[in-house]
Amino acid sequence: MGRYVLRRLLQLIPVFIGTTFLIYWLVWSLPGDPFAGKCGDRPCPEAFVAAMTAKFNLGDPVVVQYGKYMMNLLQGDFGITFSGISVGDRIATAYPNTIRLALVALAIEAVIGISAGILTGLRGRGFLDNLVLVTTLFLISLPVFVTGFVLQIVLGFELGWIKTTVSESPAPWGQLIVPGFVLGSLSMAYVTRLTRSSIAENRRSDYVRTAVAKGLPQSRVVGVHLLRNSAIPVITFLGTDLGSLMGGAIITEGIFNIKGIGNLVYRGILSKEGVIVTGVVTLLVMVYLLSNLIVDMLYAVLDPRIRYD
Amino acid sequence: MTDPSNAATGAAVTSTASDSVTAAEHVESAGANKPRSLASDAWHDLRRRPLFIISGSLILVILVMAAFPGLFTSVDPTYADLGRSRNGPSSDAWFGYDNQGADIFARTIYGARASIIVGLCATILTVLIGGTLGLLAGYYGGWLDGLMSRVADVFFGLPFVLGAIVILSSFGATGSSNIAQIMFLVVVSISLLSWPVCMRIMRSAAITAKQQDYVRAARALGANSSRIILRHMLPNAAAPVLVYATIALGAFIGAEATLSFLGLGLRAPVVSWGVMIADSRDIIRVAPHTLLFPAAFLTTTVLAFVMLGDAVREALDPKMR
Amino acid sequence: MSANTEQSIMDSEGAEPVPGAPLLEVKDLFVEFRTRDGVSKVLNGVSYHVEAGETLAVLGESGSGKSVTAQTIMGILDMPPGHIMGGSIKFHGEELLKASDKRRREVRGSGIAMIFQDALSALNPVFTVGFQIEEQLRLRKGMSRKDARARAIELLDLVKIPGAKRRVRQYPHEFSGGMRQRAMIAMSLALDPEMLIADEPTTALDVTVQAQIMDLLKELQVERNMGMILITHDLGVVAEVADRIAVMYAGRIVEQSDALSLYRKPGHPYTKGLLESLPRLDQRGQELMTIKGLPPSLLKIPTGCPFHPRCPMVQDVCKTDVPPQHRLMPGRMSACHFAEELISE
Repeated sequence: MGRYVLRRLLQLIPVFIGTTFLIYWLVWSLPGDPFAGKCGDRPCPEAFVAAMTAKFNLGDPVVVQYGKYMMNLLQGDFGITFSGISVGDRIATAYPNTIRLALVALAIEAVIGISAGILTGLRGRGFLDNLVLVTTLFLISLPVFVTGFVLQIVLGFELGWIKTTVSESPAPWGQLIVPGFVLGSLSMAYVTRLTRSSIAENRRSDYVRTAVAKGLPQSRVVGVHLLRNSAIPVITFLGTDLGSLMGGAIITEGIFNIKGIGNLVYRGILSKEGVIVTGVVTLLVMVYLLSNLIVDMLYAVLDPRIRYD
Repeated sequence: MTDPSNAATGAAVTSTASDSVTAAEHVESAGANKPRSLASDAWHDLRRRPLFIISGSLILVILVMAAFPGLFTSVDPTYADLGRSRNGPSSDAWFGYDNQGADIFARTIYGARASIIVGLCATILTVLIGGTLGLLAGYYGGWLDGLMSRVADVFFGLPFVLGAIVILSSFGATGSSNIAQIMFLVVVSISLLSWPVCMRIMRSAAITAKQQDYVRAARALGANSSRIILRHMLPNAAAPVLVYATIALGAFIGAEATLSFLGLGLRAPVVSWGVMIADSRDIIRVAPHTLLFPAAFLTTTVLAFVMLGDAVREALDPKMR
Repeated sequence: MSANTEQSIMDSEGAEPVPGAPLLEVKDLFVEFRTRDGVSKVLNGVSYHVEAGETLAVLGESGSGKSVTAQTIMGILDMPPGHIMGGSIKFHGEELLKASDKRRREVRGSGIAMIFQDALSALNPVFTVGFQIEEQLRLRKGMSRKDARARAIELLDLVKIPGAKRRVRQYPHEFSGGMRQRAMIAMSLALDPEMLIADEPTTALDVTVQAQIMDLLKELQVERNMGMILITHDLGVVAEVADRIAVMYAGRIVEQSDALSLYRKPGHPYTKGLLESLPRLDQRGQELMTIKGLPPSLLKIPTGCPFHPRCPMVQDVCKTDVPPQHRLMPGRMSACHFAEELISE
């Protein structure tokens, strides 16, 4: 196991460098004047341009720029924006909100998705099964911004049940329920389908029949033998999903005005604050890759047949 | 559906790669003496599925709408009259008027074309890039496979919406007003961020095919690479890629709308559902109908393609029978 | 046979053993599978019985209904698509098909236990072998975790798994095929059943291992005076183990006999065909006989004797009349119009 983790970590390095360099290159070295619009309508003063060019190493070739940037980053220095705000601080205030939102979304998709999946997987074909199937199809097809706006209009403006925007930071858990539902709705549909097919497949397996033949009560056959096996793909999916939910929810955070990482990076892109964009993306890629690694290891824990040596 | 890469991470699609290989095997053995091949068998099965009939009819209507919008409405979608701005649905305009006072029904009908074109082009480009690389990686294996898989990991590691925003803003789509150029950029950025999924499906299908005894036999007998790829690997991979492409087409239409909504995709004077939704963003409280109708058409279209993909997958999967 | 088991049966409701009744008696069992393609008549009046300390071998090709009969006895038939259309299954004279779910569950494991063909898929891959044995002991006998572990090790010792102490903590995939089947046997013995159903227990194993497992089963059966139903398609396997043999074809018993007489003189052309298709050391050089044709589709069983399309002795009557069960001698039956002639040939 130890060797496997080490090998996977080594494999992550080129992917990490590749992804972050790609973003760095896209943000910093594409055609276009990085100072355009930075100083209002007038062109920026020579002194400012010179200072900033030195500060961001814009005079160097892009590979060198990237290397210098990464060295700072690995020492915990995310740099400062054109206007002199520390990117590290911005991320530190924004990220807790995103993590909270991701956890709420994950909890909602896990609870609803797994319950619906178990129910339909055990019952088999019938009215409930069709209802759930159609619902999941709808959830998969609905773009997030439609779900978000509709819930915001209906629950917020029309019924007044929820606050339409979550402007506080850190965001209170209660106000994140509806945004969390919006963010998690697509994955919820996948969790439902995955649980359902996993249960339906394992329900007819030989070892479930053995458990019945051993004279175990139905509750134990389902609760221990069936669920334990069916849970493997579902839990790994949820793990991977947490990784991508942490990647920020630009749209959901935008609609509900949550001061999270997605909001931060979106504003960063629009205002051409390259430092913010590269800093956030680097962090997200790191979170994403590490979460995938953890899911892989989780898989080995859940399924004893898998051994990594 | 905001993130099309989810189209495959959500389980089933990737697993079909190996399933339908076994199905394709039967074609080889049964094809000679049986009149019905897997493809016609699947087609026979498909025609009786309610899911297929519903989604197929919907898609047909949408395609006709995209090709001949004039059949559905005689109103000019670009004609705007501020005097009737934001008026609700009436007998004159079934879906009401938008912020500029243009007929929403006409705009929704005409909007199908741009959405479908973007979706189709992005799907074709994705399948071309992902399919070719996946086939090569699966066939040659070794360092080539390792390299390509890592490159795929790099692109896969980028969150979709974030990646698309960076690409579109970096390449200046925000400033440009050239319609063709924006469309091209949207298509390219969707494909660039989506091809790894298609590559993985193709690669696993190619690897499974390579390990089949008859392919080994063909190689031992000296059949050349292109023949093996064309005759044995492509047919094996066709089914899972077809399922992926169908679902991805729906997802890409949704992605186009999402990008427009963020102000980075298509924009006026193009008429597309995404543009209409983006236009409605700021007036949503006072005129929800400006969002409702294009969103409903968009969702229905995505739903139709996802349903079609589901139906095709079930028909091609012998285990589901 | 421990006092323990008897007591647990006496304790439960409606479980008075009927004196003189056989351990297990199956009578006129009819089972159908209803599928999209039609109704498949899987069992068409199966009757057999097993006494304590006796081994009945049920023989037949795949699809003859031998496993379905066993699953119906255990109550683990998939329903739907399976439907029990009629018949009775009596254990100690108690009708199982009319028993409550609770009562049937009590019988499973402690009254009748079952081992399956493929131990790899029949054992749960994510639990240790020990856990799967202990589970029954803890839940059914109320044993403590520690006692159950000790008993599991004893059981693994009993089925001759070396290093049982270490093995209880391993997962099924860490066992070899033969060891896995032994573990399965140990699991089935956990509640000291009076009757064991072994569904093709050696089919998935190497030939050398097959003999070891059969020997083990025989030994345990004699030691514990269990009744045993051994389901197999391999005549060679049953020769040394079985006391009696029931031959199944298309969901019917076509011949039932003590093992010795059956080998000496088969009373049904199908049995004869099966015997002739065995390679024999004393007839080297001769061509092996085979039974021509394929087993019938259960969706459309031939009229008359279901074996007639493949029978070398077929006459007109076979095509129209279902042969009754001829009693050839005490304990010996054959469902062939010409059974007497076959025997006296």
